[in-house]
Amino acid sequence: MSEKTRTPRRVLAEYTYEPTPVEQGYTGQTLYINLSDNTINAKTVTDVMKEKFIGGRGFGLWLLWHGVDADTKWDDPENELIISSGPCGGTTQYPGSGKSLVVSLSPLTDVVIDSNVGGHFGPLLKFAGWDAIEIQGKAEEDVIVVIDGANRRVTIEEAPDAPVDTYPVNHWMIDQMTEKEEDRYFMSVVSSGIGADNTRMGCLNFSYYDRKLKAPRFKQAGRGGTGTVLRDKRVKALVVRSDPVRGDSNHPADPERLARVGTKVHKEIHDYDDEQCRMRRGGTTYLVQIMSDHDLLPVHNFKYGSHPDAPKINSTVWEERFAKGLTDGCWYGCTLSCTHAVDEFVPRTGPFKGQTVIVDGPEYETLGGVGSNCGIFDPDDILEMNFYCDNYGMDTISFGTGTAFVMECYEAGVLDKEKTGGLELNFGNADAALELLHQMARGEGFGKIAGQGIRRMKKYFVDEFGADPQFVQDIGMEAKGLEYSEYVTKESLAQQGGYGMSNKGPQHDEAWLIFMDQVNNQIPTFEDKAEALHYFPMFRTWFGLCGFCKVIWNDIVPPDNSETDEPAKVPEHVQNFVDVFSGVTGREITKEDLIEMSEVVYNFQRVFNIRLGHGRRDHDDIPYRSVGPVTAEEYESRAERYDKQLEEILGLDPEQMTTEEKMAALREHREGQYERLKDAVYERRGWTNDGVPTVETLKKLGIDFPDVVAVVEKYL
Amino acid sequence: MKVLSYDPELCVGCYVCEDVCSETWFKVPDAEKSSVRIQEKEGEVLLSAVFCNQCGACIEVCPTEALYRDRRGIVRLRKKLCVGCLSCVGFCPYGAMFYHPDQTEPFKCIACGKCADECPNDALAVVDVDTPPQ
Repeated sequence: MSEKTRTPRRVLAEYTYEPTPVEQGYTGQTLYINLSDNTINAKTVTDVMKEKFIGGRGFGLWLLWHGVDADTKWDDPENELIISSGPCGGTTQYPGSGKSLVVSLSPLTDVVIDSNVGGHFGPLLKFAGWDAIEIQGKAEEDVIVVIDGANRRVTIEEAPDAPVDTYPVNHWMIDQMTEKEEDRYFMSVVSSGIGADNTRMGCLNFSYYDRKLKAPRFKQAGRGGTGTVLRDKRVKALVVRSDPVRGDSNHPADPERLARVGTKVHKEIHDYDDEQCRMRRGGTTYLVQIMSDHDLLPVHNFKYGSHPDAPKINSTVWEERFAKGLTDGCWYGCTLSCTHAVDEFVPRTGPFKGQTVIVDGPEYETLGGVGSNCGIFDPDDILEMNFYCDNYGMDTISFGTGTAFVMECYEAGVLDKEKTGGLELNFGNADAALELLHQMARGEGFGKIAGQGIRRMKKYFVDEFGADPQFVQDIGMEAKGLEYSEYVTKESLAQQGGYGMSNKGPQHDEAWLIFMDQVNNQIPTFEDKAEALHYFPMFRTWFGLCGFCKVIWNDIVPPDNSETDEPAKVPEHVQNFVDVFSGVTGREITKEDLIEMSEVVYNFQRVFNIRLGHGRRDHDDIPYRSVGPVTAEEYESRAERYDKQLEEILGLDPEQMTTEEKMAALREHREGQYERLKDAVYERRGWTNDGVPTVETLKKLGIDFPDVVAVVEKYL
Repeated sequence: MKVLSYDPELCVGCYVCEDVCSETWFKVPDAEKSSVRIQEKEGEVLLSAVFCNQCGACIEVCPTEALYRDRRGIVRLRKKLCVGCLSCVGFCPYGAMFYHPDQTEPFKCIACGKCADECPNDALAVVDVDTPPQ
C-alpha cells in the first residue's frame, strides 16, 4: 500500500531515543508507557534486577510489584502488562531461545499471571533497545503502541479504524506500516481480539512473519487473561520493529561457546528427532496418543483418560495435514520447529466462513482442550475452534476446559436448553461448541456467562440455576480461578501437587511429573514427591527468566540419556543451558545456581500472591475431579483399579461396600494424601505449614527487602 | 553442474588445499577457515576430505532463505539475509558447513576450484555431475 492511501493516525505521544546497545544479553533499559496520561519514558535496569530477577518473568514480577499495591485489581488503571524475554532471548545459535514472558494481574485468578509465548516480539523489543515493556494506565480511546527501533521512536497513536481481531489487525498493520516484503521480517505485533473484550480468558497473539507462506504467523500467551488486560487498557496492538537481526545482535560474551553448544543440539535434533518425538513433523500432537494410551488424555471434562477415537486426532493425522516445507521455528534457529500450521483451511462458521485461512496449530493442549475433553474428534472442528480462539484472542485451554465443564453441567441437568439459549451442549456437539465460542467472543447470550471462566460460572450456576454447590465444585476443573491444562492427574499425586501448588494456577509449564510418579514409580514417598515438586518447578521457572523454551530440554534428548544417573532431568541438556546462559551473560553459573536463581523469583511470586490476599495453604486447594472419581459412572469405569486400591491400601473389602461407600472411602483417603503432600512440599520449599515463605527463606535467597518481609510477617 | 571431487588414493596430506581455500575467502592461511578439510580417520590408512557436495539439505532448514541454489546449481549463502543461527551447520549430513567465531555467518565450498588448481597431486578436482547428490 502506498503512503497516500494509509490512514492518518493521530499521535497522542511521541518519545525519541537512542537505543542502548545490547551488551551480553541486556540493553539495561526498560520502556515504561502510561496510557492514562500518555507518558513514555525509559527506566534503568538495576543491578538487583539483573542479579536476582535475571529477566523475563523475573523482570515482570519486579516491575509489577512496584507498579501495584495490595488492593490493585486486574482492571484498575494501575495494573500493568509487562513483556520481557530475558538475557538469552534473541540468541539465534541455540534452538528455542526466543521466548517472551507476559506478567500481569489476572482477570481469572486475581493474582499474578505469568504466561510464556514464542514469536518475535520479545527478542525484537530487545534489539529495539528495551529489555522489557511495561504498560500501565488505560487509554480513553482505542490505541496502538509503536516501538520503532529502526527509527528510534516510540509512539502512542489513535487507531479508530484498525480492526481488533488478530488476523485482520495484523494484515491492517502490514498494509499500514510496510512498503516492501523485507520490512515485515523484523516487525512483530502483539494483538488480541473481541474475545478478550468480552471474556476473562483473553490471550495475546505474538506474531512473526513466515517468509515461505508470506503471511504473519502467531504464537499465543494463552493463560490467565493477559489479552483481556490488553483490551481493558484499550490497546489494539503493540508493534515493534528493529534493525535486521544478526547472529551477534544479542552481543554474547562468548559466541564460540554458543556456537559449539548450539550446533551440537542442532545435530542432535537432526539425528534423533525422527525416532524420538517427531516434533519437526508433528509438533506436540504426538502427545495425544501417548496420553490416551496411559489413561491421561482428558475426555469428557476429565472424567476419563482415554478414548477409542483418539487416533482420529493423533499425530498421524496432523503430520499429514500440516503445511510442508516450512521452517516452523517461532524464533530463528529453532530447529525443533514444533510450531506447525494448516494452510488453506476454510471455516464453515463465523466471520471467516468460506474464506481460506492459515491455522497456527493445533498443539496438544488445544487437541486435548477443545477436542477430547469436549468429546470432539473431528480434526476440522478442532481446527475451526483453534482458528477462532486465536482470531478472537481467546485461550484454547480455558475455552476448552470451560466448555467441557459446561457440557458436563448440561448432561447432568444443571443446564438445559432454556438456560443456554437453545445450545444443546452435549459432549461431542461441535456445532454447539462453535456457536458458544462465537457468542463468548461477542459477549452475547450464554456465551457471556461462559466467558467468565469456570470459577465464576460455578457461582452463577449455584446462585441463578440452583446447582448443587458441591457437584459444580467437584467437577469444575479450575484452581486459583485458572482452568486446568489438559492432563488427567487422578493417579498421580505428585502432579496433583504440580498443578495445585503452582503460583499461577494449574498449568503444566511448572511441573509435569506424571510419568516419573505414575508410570515409572520413581518418586514413591512424600519426601521424593516433595523433592520433585521443588526441583522441577524451580528448573522450569528458569526457562522463563532467560528467554528459553522448554521443549529443547526434554522433547529431544541425547541418545544415551537413559544411562545417566537422573534421566528425568536430562543432565547433558541442563549443562547446555548453563553453557548458553554463561556464554551470553558472561556470568559463570552451575547447575545448582540455576535452581537458586529460580527460587528467588518463585518465592517472590508466592509472596506477591500473599500480598494480594491469596497465596496461602487454602489457595492451593484443587477440585476433586483432579484427585479421584466424582461420579458413580466415573468410579465404575475404573472400578478394578479403585477396588484394588481400597483393598491394598486401606484394607477394606470392596465386595461388601456400595459404590457410594467405596467412593467416600477413596475420597477421604485421597484428599488426605493431598494434604500430606502439601505439608511435605511446603517444608521442602522453606514455607510454613500455611504455605508462607519464612523470613529465613527470604534471607537465604537475598530477597528480605523490607516490603517483602512485611507481607509475610503478618502470617508467621 | 560442477562439484568438487576428491581421490584419497592421490592425496599425500600436504594440506595445501586448506591454506589455498582460506587464503582465497578469508585472506589468511588457516585450516579453521577452510571449506575443505583433509582428515585422518582412526584405523584407516587413507586420508579423507570433508567439503560440500551441493546436496542442498541446508536450504530447507534455513529460516531466512539465506541459503539458495544458484543458476549453476551451487548452494550459496546470501550473507545479508543470514541471522547466524547455524542450523545449517548442525543439519548438514556431511558436516561440510563450517563456522568460525570471527564471523557470524557459516561458510561452505562453492566449487570455485582454487584448491584443485593448487593441489600438487591432483587429488582434488572440479567435476561435472548431472544432478545434485541426495
